[in-house]
Amino acid sequence: MDLIASLGLGFSVALDPMNILYCFIGVLLGTLVGCLPGIGPTATIAMLLPITFSLSPVGALIMLAGIYYGAQYGGSTTAILINLPGESSAAVTAIDGYQMARQGRAGPALAAAALGSFFAGSVATLLLAFFAPPLARAALSFGAPEYFALIVLGLLVSIALAHGSILKALAMIVLGLLLGMVGQDIYTGQPRFTFGFRELFSGLNFVSVAVGVFGVAEILRNLENEKTRELLVKKVTNLWPTGEDFRRIVGPVLRGTGLGSALGVLPGGGHILSSFASYSAEKRLSKHPEQFGKGAIEGVAGPESANNAAAQTSFIPLLTLGIPAHPVMALMVGAFILQGITPGPNVINDQPALFWGIIASMWVGNLLLVVLNLPLIGLWVKLITIPYRMLFPAIVIFACIGTYSINLNVFDVYAIILFGILGYLLIRFGCEPAPLLLGFVLGPLLEEHFRRAMIISRGDATVFFTRPISATLLALALLAVVLAMLPAIRRRRDEVFVEED
Amino acid sequence: MATRISRDNFLAGGIFIALGGFFALESLNYELGSPIRMGPGYMPLVLGSVLAALGVAIVIAGLRKPEEHTNEPPSWRAIGLIAVAIIFFGVCIRGLGFIPTVFITALLTASASSRSTLLGAGIIATALTLLSTLVFVFGLRLQVPMLGPWLPF
Repeated sequence: MDLIASLGLGFSVALDPMNILYCFIGVLLGTLVGCLPGIGPTATIAMLLPITFSLSPVGALIMLAGIYYGAQYGGSTTAILINLPGESSAAVTAIDGYQMARQGRAGPALAAAALGSFFAGSVATLLLAFFAPPLARAALSFGAPEYFALIVLGLLVSIALAHGSILKALAMIVLGLLLGMVGQDIYTGQPRFTFGFRELFSGLNFVSVAVGVFGVAEILRNLENEKTRELLVKKVTNLWPTGEDFRRIVGPVLRGTGLGSALGVLPGGGHILSSFASYSAEKRLSKHPEQFGKGAIEGVAGPESANNAAAQTSFIPLLTLGIPAHPVMALMVGAFILQGITPGPNVINDQPALFWGIIASMWVGNLLLVVLNLPLIGLWVKLITIPYRMLFPAIVIFACIGTYSINLNVFDVYAIILFGILGYLLIRFGCEPAPLLLGFVLGPLLEEHFRRAMIISRGDATVFFTRPISATLLALALLAVVLAMLPAIRRRRDEVFVEED
Repeated sequence: MATRISRDNFLAGGIFIALGGFFALESLNYELGSPIRMGPGYMPLVLGSVLAALGVAIVIAGLRKPEEHTNEPPSWRAIGLIAVAIIFFGVCIRGLGFIPTVFITALLTASASSRSTLLGAGIIATALTLLSTLVFVFGLRLQVPMLGPWLPF
């Protein structure tokens, strides 16, 4: 097995001083936005995409990946200290973490979260290195029908894992697909839905849609009702957990890592789902379930390990198939494309240094995160107290300048506010924005593979069901929707997600 | 009637019906083609119709299920000011140049918070203008004049 040699190549790239710097900037920004409620990794990565244009491909992708998993660390800090998840996957961490903070045990809670995350991140990175190459080899034999089936599977599973109404999630996906079709038709070059605007010929700008729906819409939502944040712990002391704490977190960390690694691969909110799954698993397995909700350290260590493991393994579908599992990965697709690289099974062979460099950098990044988060916790505590009215103007300004700088096109700037208001309305009416962005990114791919498959099969739609791989994938997609609609599962799904609100 | 239907579902469904109908109707202007060789209008027509149908289904699903919770009223001040700020940025970035455009956009945006004061917004806008000039103009060498041709000096 040449895994060792490949990882060696990866580390030689990741340990290049410039790349360590990019990795550091990435995890630093990630921790920052993870800490700050009201701005998440999706909006941040969307805003920074244009900036990475001028970096080397490896540096750009290492930095963007760092923002994503860095945010998983940062989210837990806010959850524990002010009972407000900085990032949606940290919502369960708030339940027991905040109780621990109220009992004066904020230090051990933060340490358990960071150490669990580090362990989970390291293991999941190794799993990624181990499973990605064979998957990429298998994906090379995929034809148009298989890709079509895979995209359908990805889109439909993302509904099953989202919360809220399934019909609304489906509609958001279809709307995303339609928005993705604006621009010139791939086969005939005919401009569609452009109304004579030359600026729309290459399609709606991806960054505009992302910062509109995830940045501006979120700001409008937050400004409906401005709350002040109550910081419980001004100074964190006694960081190190006791021996008893260590004994209690070993099991949850191991189980959380396993659960998170497996669920992270699934499309949709893999990292969010995995932290909820880990929490309920720990509660059920615990000898003292009554302690949960009252400051059980297991309820912090398990979910935090799970969401970080999932953050790493969610790169598997992206790096091997070129299919994003959730909106952040969709933005990573955008980053690859900006750098002139088509994400997919070929990356591993054509750009081995890039592929293994990203994987190795994740381990480096996880190490940096432990250093950043534990000794420097005082700094993050101060940052949480920055009032929101100072933050959101920065988001809007960076979104405008960043979007404009991609093509020096003011049309893209107007699109931000258009999608901001559309996104705000739809979110108000109970529609989740994530499926829309997934649909938008996957729309052109879906259409291309569907039309190509139909040309190859001479218009015979049964081609999708007679080829074994594509038939299996479509059957799985159908199964996911049916399961999500079953009343029993629906109730459980509502239960799981109700704690998030 | 107003109390017997989910307002959220009614409005969300309405948006989907309108947008789906729009895409479907507009795609009739393009060549549809056949299933073997689909034209540019084929997929949008199918998906637009599906979206409109989903919109109808969402409205129906909301019948007799009024909300138990109510949304906070929207902050019209925030929506208006942020929309004006972003449009101002697009209109003026070439003519006014980077520094004045960013400053005024930031000032408008910062005023969107119901708690902001003119002085506070001014301080935030000054800080943001400095920061973004450093990052984008000096750091990333964005090709935009710092002061644009509309200004007399």
